[in-house]
Amino acid sequence: MTAVTAEDRGPAPPIPAGKEDGPASTRTVVAYGFWIFLLSDIIMFSGLFAAYAVLWQHTAGGPGGPELFDLRNVFIETACLLLSSYTCGLGALSAEHRRIGRFFVFEAMTFVLGAAFLFIEISEFAGMVAKGAGPSHSAFLSAFFTLVGTHGAHVTSGLLWLIYLLAQVAAKGLRPAVMRRLLCFSLFWHALDIIWVGVFTIVYLIGAGR
Amino acid sequence: MNSGTASRSARQKPRDPRGWRVFHGLVPAIALLLASCRQAGITDPRGPVASAEWLLMINATEIMLVVVVPVILAILGFAWWFRSSNDRADRDPHWAYEGSVEFVTWSIPALVVILLGGVTWLSAHQLDPRAPLASNVKPLQIDVVSLDWKWLFIYPDQRVATVNELIIPAGTPVSFQLTSATVMNSFFVPQLGSQIYAMTGMTTHLNLLADKPGDYPGLATNFNGDGFSDMRFVVTAVAAGDFDGWVAKVRSAGGALDDPAYGQLTKPSSAVPPVTYRSVDPNLFERIVDQTALNPDKARAGNAWCPPATAAAGG
Amino acid sequence: MLGRLTLAAIPFNEPIPLITSLVVILIVLAVLGTVTVKGWWPYLWREWITSVDHKRIGVMYVFLGLIMLLRGFADAIMMRTQQAIAIGGAQGYLPPDHYDQIFSAHGTIMIFFVAMPLIFGMMNFVVPLQLGVRDVAFPALNSVAFWLTASGALLINLSLFVGNFARTGWWNYPPLSELAFSPDVGVDYYLWSLQVSGVGTLLGGINMVTTILKLRCPGMSYFRMPVFCWTSLAASMLIVAAFPILTATFVMLLLDRYVGMHFFTIDAGGNQMMYVNLFWIWGHPEVYILILPAFGVYSEVVATFSSKPIFGYRSMVLATLAICILSFMVWLHHFFTMGAGADVNAFFGIMSSIIAVPTGVKVFNWLFTMYGGSIRFTTPVLFTLGFMVTFVIGGMTGVLLAVPPVDFVVHNTVFLVAHFHNVIIGGVVFGMFAAYNYWFPKAFGFTLHDGWGKASFWCWLIGFYLAFVPLYVLGLWGMARRLQHVDDPSWRPMLLVAELGAFVIFAGILCQVAQLYVSIRTREQRRDLTGDPWDGRTLEWATSSPPPPYNFAVMPEVETLDAFAEMKRTGQTAAPRPQEAIELPRNVPVGIVTAFFATFAGFGAIWHIWWLVILTLIGVGITASAFGWSEHREDEISADELARREDARLSTGNPA
Repeated sequence: MTAVTAEDRGPAPPIPAGKEDGPASTRTVVAYGFWIFLLSDIIMFSGLFAAYAVLWQHTAGGPGGPELFDLRNVFIETACLLLSSYTCGLGALSAEHRRIGRFFVFEAMTFVLGAAFLFIEISEFAGMVAKGAGPSHSAFLSAFFTLVGTHGAHVTSGLLWLIYLLAQVAAKGLRPAVMRRLLCFSLFWHALDIIWVGVFTIVYLIGAGR
Repeated sequence: MNSGTASRSARQKPRDPRGWRVFHGLVPAIALLLASCRQAGITDPRGPVASAEWLLMINATEIMLVVVVPVILAILGFAWWFRSSNDRADRDPHWAYEGSVEFVTWSIPALVVILLGGVTWLSAHQLDPRAPLASNVKPLQIDVVSLDWKWLFIYPDQRVATVNELIIPAGTPVSFQLTSATVMNSFFVPQLGSQIYAMTGMTTHLNLLADKPGDYPGLATNFNGDGFSDMRFVVTAVAAGDFDGWVAKVRSAGGALDDPAYGQLTKPSSAVPPVTYRSVDPNLFERIVDQTALNPDKARAGNAWCPPATAAAGG
Repeated sequence: MLGRLTLAAIPFNEPIPLITSLVVILIVLAVLGTVTVKGWWPYLWREWITSVDHKRIGVMYVFLGLIMLLRGFADAIMMRTQQAIAIGGAQGYLPPDHYDQIFSAHGTIMIFFVAMPLIFGMMNFVVPLQLGVRDVAFPALNSVAFWLTASGALLINLSLFVGNFARTGWWNYPPLSELAFSPDVGVDYYLWSLQVSGVGTLLGGINMVTTILKLRCPGMSYFRMPVFCWTSLAASMLIVAAFPILTATFVMLLLDRYVGMHFFTIDAGGNQMMYVNLFWIWGHPEVYILILPAFGVYSEVVATFSSKPIFGYRSMVLATLAICILSFMVWLHHFFTMGAGADVNAFFGIMSSIIAVPTGVKVFNWLFTMYGGSIRFTTPVLFTLGFMVTFVIGGMTGVLLAVPPVDFVVHNTVFLVAHFHNVIIGGVVFGMFAAYNYWFPKAFGFTLHDGWGKASFWCWLIGFYLAFVPLYVLGLWGMARRLQHVDDPSWRPMLLVAELGAFVIFAGILCQVAQLYVSIRTREQRRDLTGDPWDGRTLEWATSSPPPPYNFAVMPEVETLDAFAEMKRTGQTAAPRPQEAIELPRNVPVGIVTAFFATFAGFGAIWHIWWLVILTLIGVGITASAFGWSEHREDEISADELARREDARLSTGNPA
């Protein structure tokens, strides 16, 4: 959705100081709009978090967090995602400085780290399902799979989007329109990190220590 | 206060005296019309809870009417007086702010709400459905179960049960606990007062009392499927002495509400005529709440989780 | 191959839906045929379907809302007729199976596909004009948002012809809406049509918030924005904050139904009341999403037709924002009877009545706006006055319902039904009709017939009271809502009066159709050549009627509230000659194409036709990717070209 940009506006006409100076620049408008989209996304997650908070002890005689969570894996997973956020930031800086080679390297690292995160998550899910603790086993597991899985789905779409944007950069270079799209992607990727910190704390740390 | 205020305060508030008189006549007339038309439901309370709630409703309405009626008159009055064709109206096309007026416009609703907020707080506690009713008589316990599409009433102390018919002694507080064996519902006897939800796996509590013997219609108010419209019952309040006689009569006839009979009852059916059961398991209600009434296996499942084969079978 | 879809899904043995389906299909075919024969497709495609002009999209939203109003109203008439005859032993003409679908569809359609498109249409059309800018922040996204809403509307109406609709009421509470109790596709129609349109609503809300916060003409500070912009901002922020909750809730219910999860089921630890809580955490703000823009309309109408600035502008803004925040703290009053403790009930009861304070302030401010004014009784003013009187009564019954013990005896009765129709018809619907009459000349360049407009107002007002005062009384008598038949014959007179009221409202709708017809026939006499037919106060009246695609050749500069009134006062209404080139967003089909795929994706999901879902999702991905690749999304109009167009436009009085 980010790619939908506002019309390009020329420089605002000069007006006396102290007045509102008219419409904001396209870059501001795009970043702002996307930021509001991210807020709405975080609110959607808050609904899923609320469901998890209500249901986390409703295991219906089935397994709970302590039996299922492997904190070592989760730490590795978390490290991958946090690092990918860091490399994503470095990539954005490289783009700002027009260092396109470094940009590709950092974004490739972002992709690899994101994919590693996803791989660990999917293995965790597969392991749980194999143990008979699938999402339809209890309300707790439904809430767990939905919350963590929705985050995973976001990461997946982020990875697809990243590939698409890298193709754009390769084809078009770092033009203003492409730079705006990269900005949106960075915001998205960092927001996923923030949500993951919530998931890590509320689902895994609290859940495993129960 | 600025200079504009003085000139404005000299102005007459537009008011049509004839309109006032007509209005004064109209309100009681309408009220009388409605009242004479029919007393029923919550307008005809037959117990302390219902009476208190109806009184509360009237009082709250009156508090608000004190503001609402003048506001409606002012809307019509201002609009009429300041119509563009009225030569006598004083115009002030720039009057868009007045501190004192704004103060009043925030204060009036705020005061009403403070008053009503107090009423809300007190009444919510006094008329809490869970709160036992003050009485010298020991409350009668009745368990209510919402089924598709009929009501099951269990008298755990008397060990009898009825469907779609509720007999209670007048003057005795009745302590209901409610649940649902199917989708969510709401149990309501308008002339006795508060309604309350009946929800699967959960228990809600309600305390009601009928002052005098009589028949009071009861109903389901939360839509629950095709048979909803016919999910009615009658509450019959009998004189306290007659209640034991009724229990004795029920015990002497009809079938027993054992597990097969209950299983039969859980099958959807609508417009079910009243039935009585001469005996019932006094723990049936708890088993329905635990959802073990129909599959006792569940009770044994416990909390132990043994992966993976047994769990998969259960899930 | 076709999932659960078989020929049995077509209601061959049910005459009412079958005949309705055939009639609707015939009408649709006739319209499509006419368009084809007359060769209007290229024009429609170029100028409307692919348009990213906020004014065109606004008009299409309103059109969608009005068409859906007819559908929702047909449901209403059917329900009233059923209840008017199914008394005592009688079963009426609608069996429960059908009646239950009708009241569920009525509520769902009226909220999501009538009220929402109408407020979105008004916001889209008016806000950029009032802010003095050329378009919304994301014009193409705007088109996507509209077409997704239309796609949801199409899906919900498909349930009439193929399969059936939910029989669960418009809240769709589980466990009734779970697979165990509603195994057919009805609930899936409900969920998917609302998910699709919900995405559109969310995107529209994001767009509107960004537009208002980031795109305003020079000098338009926050406290110079018209009240309608403030209420639109508040409503849009509520959309951004509330709709994701609904999306998440519906996702959970969908997972319960499609993959056997246990969020709201009655077994395996599901919690049905969590749905009820989450639904109303969205649902109560939704009430204010609907009413706040209507409040904005009334503010504009009262000020314009009293020829006065709005009284207590800052109070108005403060009250709007207070409502915005408070609306998230009251959701529990929709289920006081859940059996929560007295403290919880009392808290939510008091919070609910506190909302009456800012609302009351608004009523007083409209009142004092009239005071000292010079009021012209046009149709929008009548709707506004009708609103003020009706809404005060509805507000009063609302505060009554906020007192928990009162709620205990009227909850789930038709008293409650009367209350929310009182505020939604008296508030939202009257507001949208005022807006329709008020801004119609701006959109189409000619005014609507005032006589027919007034006739429609009186029919709606009288019809409303006839239809709903009996329901207040019946609610007090203990009549539950959603009854397919009633047993008490003494309720018959009241139900007959309510039926009469529905037909009086129907007469109002016919008056509106006549108003539109007569106005179009006599449009040459009712042309608005000034662009300012009502002596307006805000910037939308500073441009021609209808405005050019770019709204303003030169962006206005604003120095006060009621900017256009000030310009007229100081005689600075003549637009300066354009000195700079402007850019106009190009039309793109991304909206209609996305919605096309979304409709089939929704249909596939409803009927478990998974290959269709996968194909259409790939289609959505390709559409988004293709659009995301594009860059030249604007056409530049040079200053000379702009000046030439302006001259041509203003000399003929007929905009390009």
